[in-house]
Amino acid sequence: MRHTISILVENEFGVLARVAGLFSGRGFNIDSLSVAKTLDSSLSRITLVTEGDDQIVEQITKQLNKLICVIKVSDFQETPHVEREMALIKVAADERTRGEILNIIDIFRAKVIDAGPRSFVIEVTGDEGKITAILDLLKPLGVKEIVRTGKVAVQRGLQTLSATTTDNTLEQPRKVRRLR
Amino acid sequence: MTTMTGAQITIESLLAEGVDTIFGYPGGAILPTYDALVQNTALRHILVRHEQGAAHMAEGYARVSGRPGVVLVTSGPGATNTVTGIADAYMDSTPLVVICGQVPTNMIGNDAFQEADVTGITRPCTKHNYLIRDVNDISRTIKEAFHIAGSGRPGPVLIDLPKDVQAAEAPFSYPETVSIRGYKPTFKGNIRQIERALEVIEQAERPLFYVGGGVQWSGASEPLIELVRGLKIPITTTVMALGVYPSDDPLNLGMLGMHGGYWTNMAVQNCDALIAVGARFDDRVTGRTSDFAPKAEKIVHIDIDPSSISKNIKVDVPIVGDIKEVLQVMLGKVKTREQLAPRQKIWGEWRQHIMTWKQEKPLPYQTQGANGEILPRAVLEEINQITGGDAIVVTDVGQHQMWAAQMMKFSQPRSWLTSGGLGTMGYGLPAGIGAHFAAPDRQVVVISGDGSIQMNIQELSAAVQYNVPVKVVILNNHYLGMVRQWQEKFYEERYSHSYMDAMPDFVKLAEAYGAKGFRAEKSSELSATLRAAFAETGPVLVEVVIPKSEGVFPMVPAGSAMHEMLFA
Repeated sequence: MRHTISILVENEFGVLARVAGLFSGRGFNIDSLSVAKTLDSSLSRITLVTEGDDQIVEQITKQLNKLICVIKVSDFQETPHVEREMALIKVAADERTRGEILNIIDIFRAKVIDAGPRSFVIEVTGDEGKITAILDLLKPLGVKEIVRTGKVAVQRGLQTLSATTTDNTLEQPRKVRRLR
Repeated sequence: MTTMTGAQITIESLLAEGVDTIFGYPGGAILPTYDALVQNTALRHILVRHEQGAAHMAEGYARVSGRPGVVLVTSGPGATNTVTGIADAYMDSTPLVVICGQVPTNMIGNDAFQEADVTGITRPCTKHNYLIRDVNDISRTIKEAFHIAGSGRPGPVLIDLPKDVQAAEAPFSYPETVSIRGYKPTFKGNIRQIERALEVIEQAERPLFYVGGGVQWSGASEPLIELVRGLKIPITTTVMALGVYPSDDPLNLGMLGMHGGYWTNMAVQNCDALIAVGARFDDRVTGRTSDFAPKAEKIVHIDIDPSSISKNIKVDVPIVGDIKEVLQVMLGKVKTREQLAPRQKIWGEWRQHIMTWKQEKPLPYQTQGANGEILPRAVLEEINQITGGDAIVVTDVGQHQMWAAQMMKFSQPRSWLTSGGLGTMGYGLPAGIGAHFAAPDRQVVVISGDGSIQMNIQELSAAVQYNVPVKVVILNNHYLGMVRQWQEKFYEERYSHSYMDAMPDFVKLAEAYGAKGFRAEKSSELSATLRAAFAETGPVLVEVVIPKSEGVFPMVPAGSAMHEMLFA
């Protein structure tokens, strides 16, 4: 199962290594990662996508909560949320394909951010499905390189991941399957 | 405000934390702090012979005193040598503050002499660690380190202190309070959950307490004893919790798990309600998890660490909080519940049932071998007789550890030190020395094996230097006995490299270090030799020769269910 995990952390050196270590130590790959400062510049927000057994991811989430530098953790699998990622796509463009590429860009509401005599760099934002879809269309036309950001995600509505609610313990563990 | 060097600030901060003893070893990158130490006589420094010894001594000190043990070492090899001890402390939730020197900040990352990325190396085996880059951060960091190490679920904290930061100057004032927004352990248990736990107990016909080392760290022996005795429910302890409940109390079933008693493991497998307190359902306790306590309709788990809950075994009633606080609340509520008293008749029958298992298959015990050989259990029984169950007993890791866990008697908590989680051979002697500094008036007995003792024997020199009256009893079977036992049972008697063909003369070795050495080879000499050794006032090494092939039983093979025990 894929999990999008949002983590509020101290904006300090070494924090990312601690967070990443909990995944690497178990042989879990991090599929995507994005980190930046929040409104409060002493805090950073990490959005991380990983794939794994629900029970193990739950254990990792609890361990993340235990890290001193972690303020708050939320596995968005359980929360209504929106998520976006961005890709920069470098695609070969000649007289024959130029029109078709521009058509595709239009359909996906993407942007050309660099145009050369033989290439375009396209910026596209959306959920994972949208980026995969535009890539599928562009690939036959000659994609040279892509760079994708990690996913960023936020809860729907007024709910926030904030440092002010201090209770980061799980009194009643949720969704733990009976193991025996 | 007085201006001081970083080194002086470090020492003053330790004193402000109430530290009286530190264990360490000097070297290049920590020299400024050692220089500040020589000018300060309020802090006693114990010079070890290997930095691993310092970490284990600090563990022993912490386990007996309940306060964080402090280690001071240099950069690079000094720091890496402590890693096993730090990992050991992490697994057994032991509070340590390890301060190590680091190369100057401008040289970090340049492969400088005696440089190692110590915060990187210790990240997965510390509760938290720090690299201090500014002299102004030292006192706050030390304050935080002691707070983190000693509170919540205790653990080791490491502080990496570059040489130039030790030499830099700053005004010193020790912070009075500490507030870390990402670290706020839950102390009060949820009242509704506590009520639910009592309902579980009330409805049970075959309830069982299963308690672990968390009870000791929380200082919760008293409310636990009162609760268990009041309810008259049987109790089993993990290897980490020996001593938290008196050994001679008939409600105490002793240790459970891989080498637990037959009756104890049968009680776990047949209980209908299990109340786990400060224990973490370790694989050496549960055996095959799918068949652990299969008849338990409800499992209650009280623990300060939310990540321990439902980690290995799904729990029905989790209570996150400080055990002492939770048990005290429970005690208050138990007294008002009239429904509990009538249950005691049913629970009495359950206790009777457990006793029939005990009569059926008690622990194997013989006073001596067929040809007058000394048997390991007889050695431990003799030590019980000599100490009257009042000593601090420290072990290494292996067969002797499990025999001791089965045999030794305790009347009070903080009397049993063993490496339970990491299983570190070489833990015993240094931990025993550390224990002495925490409780100088108590007798300290180290029970070790011929393999384990050789892993940190050099600390005997430290014991001699500080005249630590530790009594080390080596059960020598010439084998790495536990390895040999597994090879016999699970590898068709192929004894791959578990026999030590060359063995030091332990008596001469003790004498070479300046300690006293004794040896017993025949059962007839055992009592007199041990009594003579224990009468000595300084450090003593006693070699007791035992048969090569003696095994630890009962035994639950790894991956088996707890009722699938081997008896020979």
